[in-house]
Amino acid sequence: MGLSRREALKAMVVASGATLATTLGSERQADGALVAAPPDAVGMLYDATVCTGCKACMVACNRANDLPPDTTGSDGRWQMPVDLNQYTKNIIKLYQSPDRTEHSFIKRQCMHCVDPACAAACMLGALQKREYGIVTYDADYCIGCRYCEMACPFNVIKFEWAKAMPKMVKCELCNHRIAEGKGPACCEVCPTGAVIYGKRADLLAEAHRRLAAHPDRYVPKVYGEHEAGGTQVLYLAHIDFAKLGLPDYGDRPIPETVREVQHTVYKGFVAPVALYGLLAAVVLRNRKKDERAEAEEDRP
Amino acid sequence: MSAHSQPQPLGGVVFTRPVQILTGFAALAFVLIAWRFLVGLGASTALNDGYPWGLWIAFDVVTGTALGCGGYAVALLVYVLNRGRFHPLVRPAMVTSAFGYSIAGLSVVIDVGRPWLAWKLPLFWHWNLNSVLLEVALCIMTYTVVLWIELSPAFLERAQTSTIPVIRRIGDTFLPVIRRILPWFIALGILLPTMHQSALGSLLLLSGPRLHPLWNTALLPLLFLISCVAMGYGAVVIEGALSSLFLGRKPETEMLAGLGRTVFPLLAVYLGLRLLDLVVRGQLAALFAFNLHSVMSLLELGLFTAAMLLLASDSQRHDLGNLFRAAMVLVVAGALYRFDVFLVAFRPGAHWSYFPNVTEILITAGLVAGEMAGYIVLVKVFPILAGQPRPATAH
Repeated sequence: MGLSRREALKAMVVASGATLATTLGSERQADGALVAAPPDAVGMLYDATVCTGCKACMVACNRANDLPPDTTGSDGRWQMPVDLNQYTKNIIKLYQSPDRTEHSFIKRQCMHCVDPACAAACMLGALQKREYGIVTYDADYCIGCRYCEMACPFNVIKFEWAKAMPKMVKCELCNHRIAEGKGPACCEVCPTGAVIYGKRADLLAEAHRRLAAHPDRYVPKVYGEHEAGGTQVLYLAHIDFAKLGLPDYGDRPIPETVREVQHTVYKGFVAPVALYGLLAAVVLRNRKKDERAEAEEDRP
Repeated sequence: MSAHSQPQPLGGVVFTRPVQILTGFAALAFVLIAWRFLVGLGASTALNDGYPWGLWIAFDVVTGTALGCGGYAVALLVYVLNRGRFHPLVRPAMVTSAFGYSIAGLSVVIDVGRPWLAWKLPLFWHWNLNSVLLEVALCIMTYTVVLWIELSPAFLERAQTSTIPVIRRIGDTFLPVIRRILPWFIALGILLPTMHQSALGSLLLLSGPRLHPLWNTALLPLLFLISCVAMGYGAVVIEGALSSLFLGRKPETEMLAGLGRTVFPLLAVYLGLRLLDLVVRGQLAALFAFNLHSVMSLLELGLFTAAMLLLASDSQRHDLGNLFRAAMVLVVAGALYRFDVFLVAFRPGAHWSYFPNVTEILITAGLVAGEMAGYIVLVKVFPILAGQPRPATAH
């Protein structure tokens, strides 16, 4: 006899129970984070209250990264992308409340997550967190599946839709310039110091210093300190972050749930191998029984 | 000989008018595929940075392989639960599965942006073991090969009856070898779908925060697994009913009714888990909010329930017409669930929208047409279908 239907169902229920149980408990770091930022992590701090929306950072970004200006929105006259796209790794957007009483600029680019969902998605590790915790892209191991786009909670990584031989496009914190001892181009050109480059730990301290010095000026939170497991780009603003396109994702890293499910089912690849052995044994035994039955039938 | 009747080639004219028309659609699809590679995905599809996955992933890959679970579902029944009486269903189910999976594989090659690097997938030292998609890709590639190996006895048996001595010798030499090692592939053919069909559900767990809470649950892999087995049986019932209608076979009502009996508890468990999950996660109110997401969820649950009710009694299951309707409803329900998870529940932001364009639809339709033509040709030339032709009086 093979597995009975009841046994099969029971196994399924047990497996799902185990899956649920593990999603409840995960080990945390000393500071409460599930995953710690690398010790050499660098990043940016963007202060929306200081930004004047001049967009010099956008021009500098395109120049530093050999990207053509996206002029599709202005009939070819000036750089005017509506969102991050295949020509735009960095953008300044304007938020205005419907009644026009409050407004804020907001800079968007890769957040360089402490635990990036794109890197968890990427099949061959084309997207990886490398030196300084920068999430980098290596086209040599990218098949163009775009699972990273499905995964990125900040809608950052983009695909070269217009090309027959496309790549993915995302901010890599100007790591080619960091190798030359310079920082990201956007931080270098910012005339007001709205975006600054540095070690994540230093930037975090600076952000908290500003919050403490001017509590009336800010929403009392450093976005990116804990959000989605923490990001290496940090934000200060005077308007609810969700309105600026930075939703409250809680402090769980995005890949945590799927990692727990997968690690439970596939830990050490024991379960699949055991299941294969069991299936092979059952199939072989059933076949032997069939052959015996056939031999008996054939006997006169 | 055993109680199973032996599969036989149907014979007859192969390139009938329907096969010609289907082949025409497939040919058009291949022209469009060539165009897609020439101009890129932006110019040829409606895909965009908000919805990077569209019809080809949601239908060809995710729904197509679930419909291709007939082989998996029947193999579970015959080889694991040892219900030998379903044996005649194995080969036709394997054919549908082999085509379904091959087309899913082809669709992936069309969908990915850099397919010329796909050869790097087996380079295990580059594997990101956290990537669910890697698991799906490797499993589906391997399983497609396994399916054709599982089907190879049909081709080798045909080779044995060839008039060309070399081909006859190939059949005579390899058939016993394949028969001996087949159980190892059958076991693999059950393990792999169990892994990747559940993993297809896990894929969207990574989109977690942007997935509508009605669908965003750690149970996604389990729900995908249960529903794919049910859809597999549904596909076998549909295929059995259609081949009795169009290929002049006597319908295997008794056997198909048996499948209906197996599907019933699966649907009950699936529906129970969905509702229980919504209750536990406190999403019942969202289910009855009567917005787009609530209506789509209710529609899915309604279709699954309808399929289950159509299969509730023995007399319902022995009515071939009713059985066919139940299977159709079930397959649509499973397809809708997959479309909902991959496209409707996925919310990249208000300013993004996606609806497949004509090219995407024609390529998908052409590939399905090619699959149908391939099935007809295969069952006419190779020993796939068992059972008897319909008596002449039935006309």
